[in-house]
Amino acid sequence: MSLPRETVLKVASLARLQLTDAEVEMFRGQLGAILDYVAMLDEVDVSQVAPMVHAIELTNVTRADDLRPSLARSDALANAPKTDGKYFLVPAIIEG
Amino acid sequence: MYDVIIGLEVHVQLQTRTKIFCGCSTAFNPDQPNVQTCPVCLGLPGALPVMNAEALRLAIKTALALDCQIAPYTKWDRKQYFYPDLPKGYQISQYDLPFSFDGHVDLELNAETGDFRRVGIIRAHLEEDAGKNLHDESGRGRDSMVDLNRAGTPLVEIVTQPDLRSAEEARKLLQEMHSLLTYLEVSDCNMQEGSLRCDANVNLHVHQHDGTKVATPIVEIKNLNSFRFTEQAVTYEIQRQWEEFQRTGKTIKDAPKSTRGFDPDRGVTYTMREKEEAADYRYFPDPDLAPVTISPEQLQAIRSEMCETPAALRKRFQAEFQLSPYDAAVIVDQGQLVASYFEEVAGGCGDGKQAANWVTQDVLREMKERRLAIETFPVRPPVLASLIQRVARKQLTIKSAREVFLALLGANEEVPPATLEQIDAIIADRGLAVVQDDGAIDAAIAAVIEKNPKAVADFQAGKQAAVGALIGQVMKQLKGADAATVKERIVAKLSAG
Amino acid sequence: MNLCELSAGDLWRRLQSGEVSSVAVTTAHLDAIVARDGDVRAFLHVDRDAALRQAEGVDAKRRRGEPVGMLAGMPVALKDVICSRGEPATCASKMLQTFRPPYDAHVVERLRAADAVLLGRTNMDEFAMGSSSENSAYQVTRNPWDLERTPGGSSSGSAAAVAARLAPISLGSDTGGSIRQPAGLCGIVGMKPTYGRVSRYGLIAYASSLDQIGPFATDVTATAALLEAISGYDSRDSTSVNQPVPPYTQTLDQPLQGLKIGVAREFFADGLDSEVAACVRTALDVYRSLGAELRDITLPHSKYSIATYYLIAGSEASSNLARYDGVHYGHRTEAAKSLTEMYAASRGEAFGAEVKRRIMLGTYALSSGYYDQYYVKALRVRRLIRQDFDRAFADVDIVAGPVTPTAAFQLGEKTNDPLAMYLSDIYTISANLAGIPGISIPCGFTQAGLPIGLQLLAPPFEEDRLLRTARMHERETDWHTRRPQVVSEGSGVRTEKPDT
Ligand SMILES: [Mg+2]
Ligand SMILES: [Zn+2]
Repeated sequence: MSLPRETVLKVASLARLQLTDAEVEMFRGQLGAILDYVAMLDEVDVSQVAPMVHAIELTNVTRADDLRPSLARSDALANAPKTDGKYFLVPAIIEG
Repeated sequence: MYDVIIGLEVHVQLQTRTKIFCGCSTAFNPDQPNVQTCPVCLGLPGALPVMNAEALRLAIKTALALDCQIAPYTKWDRKQYFYPDLPKGYQISQYDLPFSFDGHVDLELNAETGDFRRVGIIRAHLEEDAGKNLHDESGRGRDSMVDLNRAGTPLVEIVTQPDLRSAEEARKLLQEMHSLLTYLEVSDCNMQEGSLRCDANVNLHVHQHDGTKVATPIVEIKNLNSFRFTEQAVTYEIQRQWEEFQRTGKTIKDAPKSTRGFDPDRGVTYTMREKEEAADYRYFPDPDLAPVTISPEQLQAIRSEMCETPAALRKRFQAEFQLSPYDAAVIVDQGQLVASYFEEVAGGCGDGKQAANWVTQDVLREMKERRLAIETFPVRPPVLASLIQRVARKQLTIKSAREVFLALLGANEEVPPATLEQIDAIIADRGLAVVQDDGAIDAAIAAVIEKNPKAVADFQAGKQAAVGALIGQVMKQLKGADAATVKERIVAKLSAG
Repeated sequence: MNLCELSAGDLWRRLQSGEVSSVAVTTAHLDAIVARDGDVRAFLHVDRDAALRQAEGVDAKRRRGEPVGMLAGMPVALKDVICSRGEPATCASKMLQTFRPPYDAHVVERLRAADAVLLGRTNMDEFAMGSSSENSAYQVTRNPWDLERTPGGSSSGSAAAVAARLAPISLGSDTGGSIRQPAGLCGIVGMKPTYGRVSRYGLIAYASSLDQIGPFATDVTATAALLEAISGYDSRDSTSVNQPVPPYTQTLDQPLQGLKIGVAREFFADGLDSEVAACVRTALDVYRSLGAELRDITLPHSKYSIATYYLIAGSEASSNLARYDGVHYGHRTEAAKSLTEMYAASRGEAFGAEVKRRIMLGTYALSSGYYDQYYVKALRVRRLIRQDFDRAFADVDIVAGPVTPTAAFQLGEKTNDPLAMYLSDIYTISANLAGIPGISIPCGFTQAGLPIGLQLLAPPFEEDRLLRTARMHERETDWHTRRPQVVSEGSGVRTEKPDT
């Protein structure tokens, strides 16, 4: 099965991935093949089986409400592509 | 004719010291952006969240106060969307198994009749707050700025049923939440700082001639951060939907739910830019966080440390101390500490009505003027109760009691708590004790008449006002005398000739 | 004596006794990197001065008679997915080309506390997605046994560095076999601990419910020492398990009596290369000769493991990698005008094809309308896979089988067929889904001289059993002492140092 082009584009948009036309075509085939392959799970009866989210099933892992030192601002911003020394900067967010 | 249908999504910031998944401070600090962050709340590669136990405790307290069911098993989910104030590309929230659900709040609609509206709570869940985006206001399209100090602050999101029927009710619900949550000490509910804010879902059910009703499309007004704005925004939106419906006839079947903002300067709601695609948040269980179980013992422990809710307290004050609904509301709305101060005064003096008068007038006024907190107010409840009792027993006039009260407060900023002995000292010092000896009063009157022939003549010539000066002079001598008694006896004496 | 030619365990003992200095050991390995990494291309970043400073520090400590940590002076290479404060952590992605974490991973704190010497950062498949190193944005690591072949992946550099004796020990991460598979293909020891045994704090996430950091070494002894040093509870990782760490190195040489080894028939089905099968059978015979009982077992759901894995890992990855949006760190496009464009272009430019493929698959599997059909379904089958192991371990102590269906494949052989590449993880993936520990040890060579690995699996937190079982085989064989030719020859040709 080859995935419809619109599906690939919709998923790419959800994932915020800009794809070239060649990539879109490639993924149509490859993702289609992977989805065909994973369809084998349909033959397993899981009606009585609970989903297993964690490899080790722990509960109630908590911390106390104690302050820990934060990073210096310079460290927080050090890896940012664009800052003014105080804030992270991004292209204008347009609202309204 | 139409019915207004409103449901709120209320966001409450919990008053933990640290963020929900890391040890950074939750202090409001907009002047120093990006100083309360760490690898976890910056969403740095490799960092992992660990749940703050106190956030869950406060959240459960909140839900219990809303009469919600508490889930014995709850978990964390990731809500995924891209936004610059959301550093991980997902918000840790709760999706299909919120920690609480199915509660209600009773909203008093009329204090005199006791008429109320029961507003259902669909669910309350815990989540992390996002950071803050600051936009360039110049219109030149300059970069937006991102401050992550707030990212990861614990929030409880409370979703009500669409049970509210007017803008006023929406405002009142928010006020009730404010009062409730500050009472429980789960949130400071500081609205300027965004600790309490809501989204309002509004539409109309328009009555048709055939007796059926038609619903207008639902609009969600985002991010309302004051009582007034909430009422204004909803009022505007009701009118706008009514006009639009009359013009276009569009119903809920013709348009999906849309999102609007509120501009407080113009008092209008406005369309927010529609997203290109319908939101698909792709919620799934967060593999980095363990699920949470809540035991009956844990719930019992939290319940046992909970104070009465403001609604319960208002009712009890009315029943126990015969307060008017208005007085009960004024006292309770001052918060838990003022309410318990009142209760102690009322219990001590045995007169709830007088205690309410003193607390709502004198105490609140002096607290405000002197910028004192009720915890450190120098006149403690037993002292105030004693003062009120002395008036009731006619040992002190109400005027003298006020004088003693002010004297106890003193002129200085730092006053140690007043003692009962101090009351006696001030009364003695200033001669405020009520003089009940008629002989002494008559003697003083005789002396004053003797010294003021002019006033006596004026009075006898028909100038009633002249008696005032005579009373004043008697009272100067006998501070504790009852002015009405003095007047009565002067008039009798002069009239007798 | 060439210090690089000693086995890692031997080296560790000599460092402990003070017979050799850390500076000597570290220098020997740094020199080996200069001499041979031009061929192998295992390292992305080596800071010679920093490594030598650490080595000198440990030697000085020892001279002063101060107590030293359990890995004192041992050079250790780190997969470029583990954060070390101020050092690169690119994940072999253009996305993180300039990223320098402001903090240490838990394992790095542990290594520092153990007085290990951080030697350098190793190449990998981008964001740990891949089985060949070909998904690295920077370079392709070669198999030291045949430079035209893959060392496996995704911990390609960490495995190849140890195999080529450029580092005695190293750390990798294993999400679907990314330690065991390259260990098998490179003829060394590699271990994936129980999920929760080693903190993931500071491990850049690929698939959070499957990822686990683990050791590589030339022998079982050093594997045990490194595991002992990095294991244990960390309150910063909610999935870290608070259980004491046994002294693995102390029990290592005690053989297990009455050992019952399960042999899963599913691991010997179609697709298993006959040479690999023969070597694994020989290894099983070694255990039989040592008194172990071999039992046939079945893991009926193992054939679903790859499908299950790619749905779960893809879903988690699509979410874990959403943070790379060009706002707070990482690559930002120069081209975009709007915010939405910036997101899509930054991610489109900086992620490689395999990363995109898995993000796409995961996004699809979690999207509205497909969530139950793909993601939740996979989670349910995951439990069945775990239950298969629970049943098996009720009967046997250890499950044994091949690590990979074939020995190292040619570079380029599977790059155009992602599904074929995925299938090379068929034997390793179920351990991640189940959360159980696994180890790969050398058990022979193909005619063409390529190493073959034996995989041993144990119940959760039975690393001790796993290591002792592995050591029983190691004592009877000499596969682990063989070294690839590149170690003795060395081209000495190093084109450019790929220093990010
Ligand atoms: Mg929310
Ligand atoms: Zn933080």
